[in-house]
Amino acid sequence: MQTIDARGAFCPGPLMELIAALKLSAIGDQIEILSTDKGSVADVPEWVAKVGHKMVGVTEKGDHWSIVVEKAK
Amino acid sequence: MAKNILIVGGGLAGTIVANGLCRQLAPQLRSGEVVITMLGTTETHMYQPGLLYVPFGRIREHELFRDQRKVLDRRVIFHVDPAKHIDVEKNQVSTAGGRTLKYDYLVLATGSRIMPQSIPGMVEGGHWFYDLEGARKMRDALSKFEGGKIIVNANAPHKCPVAPLEITFMLYDYLKAKNLLDKSEIIYTYPIGRLHALEPVALWAKPEFDKLGIKYETFFNTESVDPGAKTITSAEGVTLPYDLLVTIPPHQGAQVIVDSDLGKGGWVPTNTKTLHRDGSTNIFVCGDTTNIPISKAGSTAHFEADVLIDNLASLLTENRMARDYDGKVFCFIETGSSTGTYVWFNYTTPPNPGPPSQMVHWFKLAYNRLYWLSAKGLL
Repeated sequence: MQTIDARGAFCPGPLMELIAALKLSAIGDQIEILSTDKGSVADVPEWVAKVGHKMVGVTEKGDHWSIVVEKAK
Repeated sequence: MAKNILIVGGGLAGTIVANGLCRQLAPQLRSGEVVITMLGTTETHMYQPGLLYVPFGRIREHELFRDQRKVLDRRVIFHVDPAKHIDVEKNQVSTAGGRTLKYDYLVLATGSRIMPQSIPGMVEGGHWFYDLEGARKMRDALSKFEGGKIIVNANAPHKCPVAPLEITFMLYDYLKAKNLLDKSEIIYTYPIGRLHALEPVALWAKPEFDKLGIKYETFFNTESVDPGAKTITSAEGVTLPYDLLVTIPPHQGAQVIVDSDLGKGGWVPTNTKTLHRDGSTNIFVCGDTTNIPISKAGSTAHFEADVLIDNLASLLTENRMARDYDGKVFCFIETGSSTGTYVWFNYTTPPNPGPPSQMVHWFKLAYNRLYWLSAKGLL
């Protein structure tokens, strides 16, 4: 599984990084994004649902969140 | 035996690094202890941010270009010979022209490129200002535009993250000056759920757009363009009609990075502080080439280059690193044809755009010329 460390990222931001990484992935690949931005916990699932990818899970890990997404289309 | 520093890439990042190293390692270059070589892909150096002004006729094309040989310190050995394969095991780079260059230290500054061809229909249906040919085509399309729907469409990832906002504000002022506002509509699309990746910039831009009547569609990741029907469709399932499509195409890194298996999409995994390529101690990465989650922009390249120069010079003369990169980025934001603002931020300080002013716009115009001092490492 590919991990993108977007902790502390102000620009382009965790969701933008995830979108860019998913473009380069194959269907079925899982990507973990690490974010210190609490907003990502809401943004990422909202976008994933809208596009039709699959949310695998969101885990709080101390000062950051680990969000795992599976490319579905 | 001389230490060989090889810089792959002759854009802003590679050029600042080369010129800065020449200044810091002058005695070593004179004695022959250090040799600096650059592999570029072209004889000319382009001031890329200047392309923003081309569609509006606000910069002369010749102002964008200088002879790379004249921008580069004369002590740098410069080959216009694109790198073809980078072998990090053998510490060597082979080129399209058949050279094989060994290095002790390698600087990867291969930049990024637009990939409109990665989205069906975008090449045929879209206009952009991210290369000269595109900017000229957009200038022609704008001069013929008599009103209608203009879509400004940003795709991820792209360099110069504020450019989508800048082009939108500049288009608004252009239409106003041409008395076309009443007959036109600007619709801005953005990949995530707000108007800009930087939240403070998004919060600032929203009321500005509302005030000007600029519409927006967020969570819009382009899936295809239909140039015949003049529509653009997102992966999120929204289709919008357009009369003129201005797009910021998605970017990728250089092909040589992909071909050398140094990073997916041409982005090299890079330590955010030391700028070392992950897993290497003699390879540094600078500018758009990194996978660091900060802006791909000239200013990022500039501040990274300053750190890289200090570290590489210290490694060669004192066998130690000098300092860490703190994530510093500074971006001017044009907010029309006569006003501008700016943001700066680093890994720990969020951006905070100030109110637009003519002063900042003028400073940006001044910087368009001062750029050459930046490239030379003087600013």
